[in-house]
Amino acid sequence: MAEACLPPPAADTAAFYRELDAYIAHFAAELRTRTVLIPVLQKAQELFGYLPQEVQRHVAGALGLTPGEVGGVVTFYHYFSTQPRGRHTVNICLGTACYVRGAKKVLEALRQELNIELGGTTADLRFSLCSQRCFGACGLAPVVMIDKDVHSRVSPKKLAGILEKYT
Amino acid sequence: MSVHLTVDRIPVEVPEGVTLLEAARAAGVTVPTLCHIPGVGDPGTCRVCVVEIEGMRTLQPACVTQVREGMVVKTSTKKARESRRLSVELMLAAHNGNCTSCVRNGTCDLQRLAESLGIRETRFELPVRMPPPDLSTPALVRDMSKCILCRRCLAVCSEVQGVGTLAPRARGFDTEIVPGDSDTLAGAVCVQCGQCALVCPVGAIAEKDDTPRVWAALDDSAKTVIVQTAPAVRVALGECFGMPPGTRVTGKMVSALRRLGFDAVFDTDFTADLTILEEGAELLTRVKQALTGGLGKKKGEGADAHGEHAPGPLPMFTSCSPGWINWLEQFAPELIPNLSTCKSPQQMFGAIAKTYYAQKIGVKAEDIVVVSIMPCTAKKFECVREEMKDSGVRDVDVVLTTRELGRMITEAGIDFKNLPDGQMDAPLGISTGAADIFANTGGVMEAALRTVYELVTGRELPMPKLHVAPVMGLQGVKEASVTLTGVVKDWSFLEGVTVKVAVSHSLANARKICESVKNGNPHGWHFIEVMCCPGGCIGGGGQPRPVDQAVCEARIKGIYAEDESRPLRKSHLNPAVQALYREFLGEPLGARSHELLHTHYHNRQPAYLAPAADAK
Repeated sequence: MAEACLPPPAADTAAFYRELDAYIAHFAAELRTRTVLIPVLQKAQELFGYLPQEVQRHVAGALGLTPGEVGGVVTFYHYFSTQPRGRHTVNICLGTACYVRGAKKVLEALRQELNIELGGTTADLRFSLCSQRCFGACGLAPVVMIDKDVHSRVSPKKLAGILEKYT
Repeated sequence: MSVHLTVDRIPVEVPEGVTLLEAARAAGVTVPTLCHIPGVGDPGTCRVCVVEIEGMRTLQPACVTQVREGMVVKTSTKKARESRRLSVELMLAAHNGNCTSCVRNGTCDLQRLAESLGIRETRFELPVRMPPPDLSTPALVRDMSKCILCRRCLAVCSEVQGVGTLAPRARGFDTEIVPGDSDTLAGAVCVQCGQCALVCPVGAIAEKDDTPRVWAALDDSAKTVIVQTAPAVRVALGECFGMPPGTRVTGKMVSALRRLGFDAVFDTDFTADLTILEEGAELLTRVKQALTGGLGKKKGEGADAHGEHAPGPLPMFTSCSPGWINWLEQFAPELIPNLSTCKSPQQMFGAIAKTYYAQKIGVKAEDIVVVSIMPCTAKKFECVREEMKDSGVRDVDVVLTTRELGRMITEAGIDFKNLPDGQMDAPLGISTGAADIFANTGGVMEAALRTVYELVTGRELPMPKLHVAPVMGLQGVKEASVTLTGVVKDWSFLEGVTVKVAVSHSLANARKICESVKNGNPHGWHFIEVMCCPGGCIGGGGQPRPVDQAVCEARIKGIYAEDESRPLRKSHLNPAVQALYREFLGEPLGARSHELLHTHYHNRQPAYLAPAADAK
């Protein structure tokens, strides 16, 4: 599942690197090792939106780790992404309650509407699509979360109207 | 403190802190293992060594579980046997079991394990990943369809070598072992030492097979095919034919090479002796520069076509080990000036064979094929380096590892064990005991001291059997010092000087040495020998498997015995090397030496490994 590692987005990456270095520097020198790798990667992903090879290598250099060590952690946790993510994350619940109330049909509609698979990102970097097992909001099934907004009793018909609010 | 326990009802007493695996061994019980590498590390991943411990609900891996007082351990209960079998069956199900055409056919640890567990069927069908093999480097081939994810390679790459190239990617069924953040080994920071290939239990990492190229050269009657054999090969090749590690098979090896059809059988030992003369002269020049602040050379001497060579700084590092060169160029390029400019003996041999020897036999360099037999995979990389063409053509054409030579001898149907002893050919097969010990950690240093001391003082190195005891053996970093007194006139500035030397083997230790040098060389070392592989070349990545401490010790012993058996044990007494200087080279560090025997290195450090320029 080797993913092509794209260069960082064209945004002002120099500023991102400065902020990342400042973040790393705020840890005590003796901690600037694998000890703080995960928080540093979280910070990097927050800044860059994802963790391309160049960013991973920067982190490896700053913490005295090998690219392999960093890559091993990045690919172990689903939280980290080596691909650019959309500005908005569409997260659909596929837990039992949502599933029996038609989440599968909603997912199918999302796939067609966005023209991507689960885990994918639209070409215009507007949406990423992912799923979870249960949000713990079964009374509202089927549930779709977009960023931090919870949308309840979603049906394929309602989708277009919901999505157009996110630009 | 000792601990008492029973293993399969056999009471044993073992020291505190040992593992159940060691306790079982003390009881005479063999617990099967797979990911365990004696003396290196226990990834604890394969779950093959699981045992039952009374009072514990779950099975425990014997390799990483420590003994406790009163433990009752059962190694082959139904539960343990079934679990072990399950683990191995799952590995077999996800493994490309194309055994008959695998490089490890017959020497595979997984095959052996499946056989010892009596596995005759696998109950599972799993998708076998079949990515194309990674052929990106000249030294190593990675075939991940064979990988069983035991992580032995990770353990040696990060713990023994401190390089950390290989790493896991993803998890669960998607897990794979990858070269850093690259898809190919060539794209990663790798030194191509082949220690991963040495410990791989299956055919997932192996040397690139260059035997077809050697067969083709031998079949080509228009070519003069000559072979050089590295010192470490002669105490390990016998292992390919069931002989004990450390058995000295120099004579049988020579006979086997002749039967394979080589036109002349020569010795890398010859150019190891030559290396000592060049490197020794280089060291003395650097010391002179440091002590007197000037070269003080007679005008015209030591100059070559490119002008006067300023001597490099101290301490000087040896440059025989291509894995070490690869490491320094990528991890510590700021120390490149400290590297001796001497080529490795392998490359000196190629350059001399295709000039001096070619003239002698009246054959054009392009009609000579130089084959090397090396304990090393990084040598395959070294011989294709762009700059290694000083004879006008590729100096060394093909490098075979000890294992590959073993396979050629087997394929040719040669009864190795019963071969008569042959003699190396003259002149490039003539050598001294000082060259033999290049194979051992500490050996290059000892050989250099034997010659340098005698050159400077006119007396023999005053040590028992000419051995520099403090730099012998398997300790990671070793030091010695020799005080020079009663020096001869030419070297009067060295009177009373104490020469301090250090020796290290394995790259994790090389890193320690380099850190110390970068921090101002507080030990005051003048000369440092570095070998890439544990134990030196005798533990090289191209040697027969398995290699553990006992095997290393046996080979080291074999090499010292070879040295002691020689009439000549000092490089400067090698008559063939003396003739080479007389007839062809002139003097050490002379113009022709610079052209053929010395090289330069490249900073190959990727930007992300360089220390941050704007460190905050």
